[in-house]
Amino acid sequence: MQTWKWLYDPAAAFNWRFIFSVAIRVVILFVIVNVVFALVDPLPALGSISAYNHLFRGRERLPYGENAAVSYNLSLNQIDAMFESHVVASRKDDDEFRVVLIGDSAVWGVLLEPDDTLAGQINRLDYHTADGQTVQAYNLGYPIWSLTKDLLLLDYALDYDPDLVVWLFTLGSFGQAAQMRSPLVQHNPDPVEDLIKRFDVNQDPNDPRFVRLSFWDKLFIRRRRDLADLMRLQLYGVPWAVTGIDQEYPDYEPRLIDLPADDTWEDYTPQTLTTDDLALDVIRAGVDLVGDTPIVLINEPMFLSDGENSDIRYNSFFPRWAYDEYRRLLDDYSARYGWFYLDLWDGIPEADCYTDSAVHLTPECSARLGKLVGAAIVELADQAGRQDND
Amino acid sequence: MTLTHIIVFVAAALLYMTLLPQHWRKWALFIGSVLAIFWLQPPVRIDKFDFVFPVGTLALVTLAWLASRDAEQQWTREDVVSVAVMAACIVLVSLGRYLQEDFRITPSRPPALPQVAVMLISVLIVLALVDRLPVGRKRLLLPVALLILALFVILKTEALAEEASRWLRDMMGQPTHLARASELQWLGFSYVAFRLIHTLRDRQTGRLPVLSLRDYVTYAIFFPAFTSGPIDRAERFLKDLQALPGLDPARLTQGGMRIVIGIGKKWVIADALAYMALNDVKAEQATSTAGLWLLLYVYAFQLYFDFSGYSDIAIGIGQLFGIKLPENFSQPYLKRNIAAFWQSWHITLSQWVRFYVFSPLSRFLLTRKRKPSPTFLALVCQVTTMIVIGLWHGVTWTFVAWGLWHGFGLFIHKVYSDRTRPFYIGLRARPRLMRAIGIAGTVVTFHFVLLGWVWFALADIETSWDVFLRLFGMG
Repeated sequence: MQTWKWLYDPAAAFNWRFIFSVAIRVVILFVIVNVVFALVDPLPALGSISAYNHLFRGRERLPYGENAAVSYNLSLNQIDAMFESHVVASRKDDDEFRVVLIGDSAVWGVLLEPDDTLAGQINRLDYHTADGQTVQAYNLGYPIWSLTKDLLLLDYALDYDPDLVVWLFTLGSFGQAAQMRSPLVQHNPDPVEDLIKRFDVNQDPNDPRFVRLSFWDKLFIRRRRDLADLMRLQLYGVPWAVTGIDQEYPDYEPRLIDLPADDTWEDYTPQTLTTDDLALDVIRAGVDLVGDTPIVLINEPMFLSDGENSDIRYNSFFPRWAYDEYRRLLDDYSARYGWFYLDLWDGIPEADCYTDSAVHLTPECSARLGKLVGAAIVELADQAGRQDND
Repeated sequence: MTLTHIIVFVAAALLYMTLLPQHWRKWALFIGSVLAIFWLQPPVRIDKFDFVFPVGTLALVTLAWLASRDAEQQWTREDVVSVAVMAACIVLVSLGRYLQEDFRITPSRPPALPQVAVMLISVLIVLALVDRLPVGRKRLLLPVALLILALFVILKTEALAEEASRWLRDMMGQPTHLARASELQWLGFSYVAFRLIHTLRDRQTGRLPVLSLRDYVTYAIFFPAFTSGPIDRAERFLKDLQALPGLDPARLTQGGMRIVIGIGKKWVIADALAYMALNDVKAEQATSTAGLWLLLYVYAFQLYFDFSGYSDIAIGIGQLFGIKLPENFSQPYLKRNIAAFWQSWHITLSQWVRFYVFSPLSRFLLTRKRKPSPTFLALVCQVTTMIVIGLWHGVTWTFVAWGLWHGFGLFIHKVYSDRTRPFYIGLRARPRLMRAIGIAGTVVTFHFVLLGWVWFALADIETSWDVFLRLFGMG
């Protein structure tokens, strides 16, 4: 058959010498590829090569997902690739006022379609700054509570020229134990260590949970999974672009109304918390990191239960005493440093507004939060604009 | 077939080539194939059926051999040994019951030895009774063929397969409400069935060579081609089997290259394209016409690379063992008309259907008192043939629609080429125009095939029709 003529009717016969020379070359090539791969570590560079925003539209939130076949999305630990797949990596328009939203799963938008997330709702409201620029919000939230994870993503986000940063959080992100919980933090030890040292953050730069790769771990053969993740991220870009779907929407159990009679938070029992108990220094590091870029800090709204044991806990996540202590400390801290801080903890009080957890909003209530946050963005943007003019 | 299967088969081939004396090679292929069908069989939710199905395959193949023997062919010592070897292999596999999961070749724990013994004895008694039936062997051909067809229809028809699954679950004391058509995963049955029908029909017409049981079984279940073809012809297979070569660098290179190319096609290209290929869920979720077209293009290439990759692997492994399986694909998407496409897509299935459906049907219609017109004859034969190819994939309306699509396509092409032949002969003097028309033909043919995949890819006719309309901005 013509297709296989080169194989079955070759110009030179296949003999043992040919097989031996091919085998030797294959082995040599295999060794070279592995060693060069380990020495060069091309994954960050490969991660910055992306078909998103070029061949197809960028994602409206950072890649995250467990069931890739359904959500056309996957979790990976290569932040360059994550950002390059995001629409924030597209060219910034001249009249664009770029706002990046940092935070947890509530910002990322669990159970919300991209347009219904906080960033989507802000964009839908079509805000403009006083000097006529269009506010364009970008969802850079990422699930799992950890301010250190947020700080890490903020550090990368600054490469995309934001005009304003909105950082949403809740008590869960402030626990000292939570800081290293995110796989994103664990698998990116160098940038996290750099942030810890630059901003004197109260974290251990040699934490054993950091995943540091030896020479052998960096061999091509050992990093094939990371490489496959990069490729899968690109491949899932097509179904994402065609369907607009980037997460699974399963049936879910609604957040608890009746709560356990448990008054502990992390390893703490009721007591007066100090600034050392909460990672407030990570917020301070974030504010220092953004420098002159205005930043809005927001304590995000949460479900306030009136069910069983609601005298002990606000919801399934937080006992009342811990949350009250957190708000007190955050108020003091933000006042001391003069931060632009919004405490929206009870800003969306209706129980029906919350879906599967005490911080995940329905589309309608996400729209309401969008108005609250959007107004703050415009206010701070105008304030910053006036300061620039002065 | 997984990468593990391929690695083991290649390793086995190397041992086979280097260590095995010539006279043991046929036995090695026979025993290897018998064991491999147990190993390749995926898990089945009906208790013990991932053991029963391969046993069923062996029983059915032996039954077909009994029926398709030449009138003068008697049992030989080799045939008896072959039966004993098959029985020994089945017992050996069943002993995996007493091993840890990692050392078993069946996906689940095989039945206990007494159950296996009862199963074996029952099968042997039935086969012995069939062998001693006081009717001519030729009289067995049709019933056996019908039995195979009946099983085929049951397995390929969702409602019947679900009912059969319910019945089997009931028999095995498992909850019947969990019965699903998809759990009757009798691996390789479609291919084995068509090989057996070919031998039965060729015995009827006197074309089948004399085959020993060992050679017949090896042909029917030859492990590289067991899961995804190609559908070889017995006489061609036998020719290779009679002259199994030893270690040969050219064969090693060619086989190895085909396997490497097949792995690349299947596990690199096809599996990557699978992320983006059209399916029911994506078809429903797609928000734009352009997006739907993109999914469909990707599906077309995913299907080609997946299937032709598997064929390459089968051909490559076969070659390592000294069997040169027939080609199944020859650049089908570059063909200039739909007839040429069908001569280069799943070639062995197309040829099978041409031999056993198209030609007999044409002959039948032509021998009738009122001979049909050539146009009508072409229409009936093309459409019937393509519907049979469709139904081979599954007894569903979508496969019927796919068959009709291609049947009418072939018919229209035939009418068109008959009428335009003088025009094309005239074009020979104008090679550039000829070439341009050829390219246009390739584009049109590819898109005709592409639109046909809408019926093939999707689960039901309503979804297919909806997608078909949406591809043209309607619906």
